Amino acid sequence: MGLYRDEAVVLRTCKLGEADRIVTLLTRRHGRVRAVAKGVRRTRSRFGARLEPATHVDVQLAEGRSLDVVTQVESLGPFGARLAGDYPRHTVASAMLEAAERLTAEEREPALRLFLLLVGGLKALTEGEHDPRLVLDAFLLRALSLAGYAMSLDACARCGAPGPHRAFAIAAGGLACPQCRPAGAASPSPAAVFLLRDLLTGNWPGADSTEVGTRREASGLVAAYLQWHLERGLRSLPLVERSPAPPARVLDPA
Amino acid sequence: MYEGAVQDLIDELGRLPGIGPKSAQRIAFHVLQASATDVKRLAAVLVDVKDKVRFCKVCGNVSSAELCRICADPRRDPAQICVVEEPKDVVAVERTREFRGRYHVLGGAISPIDGVGPDDLRIRELLARLADGTVTEVILATDPNLEGEATATYLARLVKPMGVHVTRPASGLPVGGDLEYADEVTLGRAFEGRRQIDV
Ligand SMILES: [Zn+2]
Ligand SMILES: [Zn+2]
Repeated sequence: MGLYRDEAVVLRTCKLGEADRIVTLLTRRHGRVRAVAKGVRRTRSRFGARLEPATHVDVQLAEGRSLDVVTQVESLGPFGARLAGDYPRHTVASAMLEAAERLTAEEREPALRLFLLLVGGLKALTEGEHDPRLVLDAFLLRALSLAGYAMSLDACARCGAPGPHRAFAIAAGGLACPQCRPAGAASPSPAAVFLLRDLLTGNWPGADSTEVGTRREASGLVAAYLQWHLERGLRSLPLVERSPAPPARVLDPA
Repeated sequence: MYEGAVQDLIDELGRLPGIGPKSAQRIAFHVLQASATDVKRLAAVLVDVKDKVRFCKVCGNVSSAELCRICADPRRDPAQICVVEEPKDVVAVERTREFRGRYHVLGGAISPIDGVGPDDLRIRELLARLADGTVTEVILATDPNLEGEATATYLARLVKPMGVHVTRPASGLPVGGDLEYADEVTLGRAFEGRRQIDV
């Protein structure tokens, strides 16, 4: 049985049998990997806390026949534990993890850029400099781009005619010119389109200075766009809370 | 794939929590080899548990009457409510003999990634129990893992403004573990040293 070591973010855990868990990891070099963590639900488990969702870890895995087995794990960043005391941010982290899982179609298909984007997103969320929902929308827009679904926010998504255009056609992939504009296309406010552009390109000063109404509008467009490109929407997205966050309470990582 | 009844049994067993296809197959063949009396007894208790056991209308714990044994016991302190995820956690806390109040079983933990939100748990029922001012302390004994912690955070934010003392069992419980696996001594100590949650 081969051993290998990688860096990873824990996307999801589920219970297996009496005391084990199956953990889904997004690794730096091996893409999405599912592995068994033995005995982690028991009292004296060495790595229970390090394999909680949204933890950035350095992990050693043993190749198994169906699932690999976690043999060692060190925490590099307990983002999940830092966010658990802040409910709105916790819901945002959940949506980021679910999106990362859903946007990696195949297990073990390398997804280095998505991995880096996720670590960066969780870090930004923990540092708390920006509105959590902006961090989420930026993450979703960029993760969709990496998956080949870049939102077209300048040229017409259908014919490429240079913008700016007013109509937003989800199925076409973004803004559409008057000729290509399908019936029933939305006409978002220019401010919302600017915000989407800022989020996609990482212009944080621009994004941070927007009004709440503009943010809501942009979030709605991102959610609809995501829903269109993923067969079923994200289960966590309707549960994401927007309310201002209470001060974070820290959970002691063991 | 096996024929008819055997495959049906494997499929049914495979739907149980924590049972994968291989375990389902192993249990199915164990059942096939067991004596008819043993299998009939197993079938009877399965039917029985569904017929006779229900959930306490106050706390949500399993019960054979409308009120569970603990809710019906006048010696239990009505001023304290210990909130847990599952009925098995009530058993774990009872084993410590540290707690003399009553319980509230949520029916799980908030888990957005699994599509489980606050409305899917017995949170409204908890708030209703706090309305008349009898309860002065709510102990949030959800599992010491991420979902349990986030659920406690969510509840603390709702309950604190009602003027109720909100506490969480002290750390020392292994993070990432299940409450039911904590031994009595550790869990008892965690209850004694519970601290107030700041929201
Ligand atoms: Zn066009
Ligand atoms: Zn009861």
